[in-house]
Amino acid sequence: MQLYLPIAEVSINALLILGLGGLVGVLSGMFGVGGGFLITPLLFLAGIPPAFAVATAASQIVASSFSGLLAHLKRRNVDMRMGLVLLAGGLIGSAIGVTIFNILKAAGQVDLLVKLCYVVFLGTVGGLMLSESLRALMRAKAGAPPRRRRHNWIHSLPFKMKFRVSGLYLSVIPPLAVGFLVGILAAIMGVGGGFIMVPAMIYLLGMPTKVVIGTSLFQILFVTAFTTLLHATTNFTVDIVLALLLIVGGVVGAQVGTRLGARLRAEQLRALLAVLVLVVCLQLALDLLLPPAELYSIEPL
Amino acid sequence: MRGWIACLAALIAFAAPVRAEEIVLGLSSDEVAITATFDGSNILIFGAIRREAPPPDDSDLGVVVTVSGPVTPLVVRRKQRRFGLWINTDAARISAAPSFYAVATTGPFEEVLSHTEDLRHSVSIPRAIRAFGNEVPDADAFVEALIRIRVEDGHYHMMIGDVVLARDSLFSTQIALPADLVEGFYPTRIFLTRDGEVVDIYRTSIAVRKVGLERWLFNLAHDQPLVYGLLAIALAIVSGWLASVAFQLVRR
Repeated sequence: MQLYLPIAEVSINALLILGLGGLVGVLSGMFGVGGGFLITPLLFLAGIPPAFAVATAASQIVASSFSGLLAHLKRRNVDMRMGLVLLAGGLIGSAIGVTIFNILKAAGQVDLLVKLCYVVFLGTVGGLMLSESLRALMRAKAGAPPRRRRHNWIHSLPFKMKFRVSGLYLSVIPPLAVGFLVGILAAIMGVGGGFIMVPAMIYLLGMPTKVVIGTSLFQILFVTAFTTLLHATTNFTVDIVLALLLIVGGVVGAQVGTRLGARLRAEQLRALLAVLVLVVCLQLALDLLLPPAELYSIEPL
Repeated sequence: MRGWIACLAALIAFAAPVRAEEIVLGLSSDEVAITATFDGSNILIFGAIRREAPPPDDSDLGVVVTVSGPVTPLVVRRKQRRFGLWINTDAARISAAPSFYAVATTGPFEEVLSHTEDLRHSVSIPRAIRAFGNEVPDADAFVEALIRIRVEDGHYHMMIGDVVLARDSLFSTQIALPADLVEGFYPTRIFLTRDGEVVDIYRTSIAVRKVGLERWLFNLAHDQPLVYGLLAIALAIVSGWLASVAFQLVRR
C-alpha cells in the first residue's frame, strides 16, 4: 500500500513503515528505551530523507514516552524535581542542538555529524553496557552480592538539592549537564536520549533504578516535544502522516515487547540491548569507512 | 522596386510550405492531483500535425516532446576520504535544475534535433541544467553526477524513439511521472522538426498539485509552522494516551 507523505514529498509503502514502527516498538517495550536510535537509521534505509527522518522520529518519541510516562506516574516512579532539573538543561541543549544542526546542514556536513554522533555514542554506551551486563551475569552465576553504590567526586560539587523520590542529596550541576548533553543529542540525532540518560542517571548520579526510567521518560517527553516544535518551525521537516504510521506501529509493538521482556532476566535484557546497539553502531561505522557506491550527492538549497 | 516585391513574394512562397506545418495538441490530463495514495502517474501526450499543403517529401519529419518539473537551485557535493572517513569535501552550485525532466523523440536525438537547435531551445538533459560560476575546477563532473543520479532514480528520462509517429501526421508518447513528484507547473514543449531544424513549437503546461488532506497539511506546515508543530505534538500526546488507555483495557 503506497502512501504519499505530504511534507517529505516521497511515496512510501505504508505497511513497511508500520512494520518498522512495530519492530522498534517491540524492542522499546522489551528494553524500556524510546527506540529513537533505531528508528532514525531505519528510516534512512527506507528512503526517507535524513532531515525528515530526524525531525519526525522526535515526534514519534513524544507519543511513546508519554504512553510510558503515564504507566510510571501511576506507580509513582517519577522524580518530578529531578525531571525538572534535567529538563532545564535539556531545553537549552535542544535549542543549541537545532542551531548546530542547521549550521552543519548549510555546510553539507549534517549527514557526517549525525552518523558520527551515532557511532560514537552507540559504540560507547553499547560497549559499557555489554561489559557491565556480562560482569553482572557472571556475578549472578558466582552468587556474589551486588556492590553497593559509592560516593564519588560528583557528590562534592556545590549547589546541593534534595531529591526526595530518588533519595538523593546532590548538586544540581551533574543533572543539568546530563540534561544539556541529552538535549543536544535529541536535536541532532532525532533520539530521546534514553540510551544515554538511563546509564548516566544510574552510574553517574546514583539514582535508584526504579525511578530512573520514569524520570528519564518525563524529561525525554518535554525535550522531544520541544525538538519537534523547533524542527517544525525552522526546517519544516516534521511529517505528521509519517509520524502517525510510526506511532500506530510502535504502540502495538511496545505491547508485544513488554510481554516478551517480562520473560527475560534484567542482565540478559541489558546484554541483548547492548549487542543490538553495537550492531547498529557497526553498520553506521561501515557507512563512513567503506568507499560509497556514489561519491556525489544532491541537496536542494 | 518591382524587383523587391517579386523577391518578397518568392520568399513568402518559398517559406510558406515550411510554416504550413503546425502542431495541434491533446493531453490525457493537464492536471495531476497528488492524493494520499499517489503512486506515480502516466501522462499521454498526443497530437496531430496540421498542414495547409501536402507534406514535403524531401526532408525527414521529427517530433520532440519535453516535460520539465519546477526548476530549483541545487548543491551537488562530492565525498573524499579524509582521516579514514568518507566526508563531503567539494561542492558545486547548480543555479537551476528541473526536479523532473523527460525528453521523448521520434528517432535518434542528433537526427531529430540539430546541435544548434538544441543550444537555442535547451532541449537535451545537459542543456536543461544551468551551472555557471563555479570555482571547482571540474564542475562538469558535478553536472554529470547530477544527471547520472537523477536518471537512476527515475527523475530524468531520455526516451529515444518513444514518440510514435503515424502517417507523418499523428504522434503520441507516454511520460511516466515518478511517485515522489514535486508540486508546481510542469512546462511541456513539443517541437516539430524537419531535418533537425525546428519548424513549430507548441507550449503548454501540466499542473501538478497536492489535493485534499495532503494540500491542507502542506500549507499548514509552511504557512503556520507553529500551529503545525503544536498539532504534531498534540497528535503524539493523544495517541500516547490512547495507547496507554487501550492497554489497560486489554490487560483487564
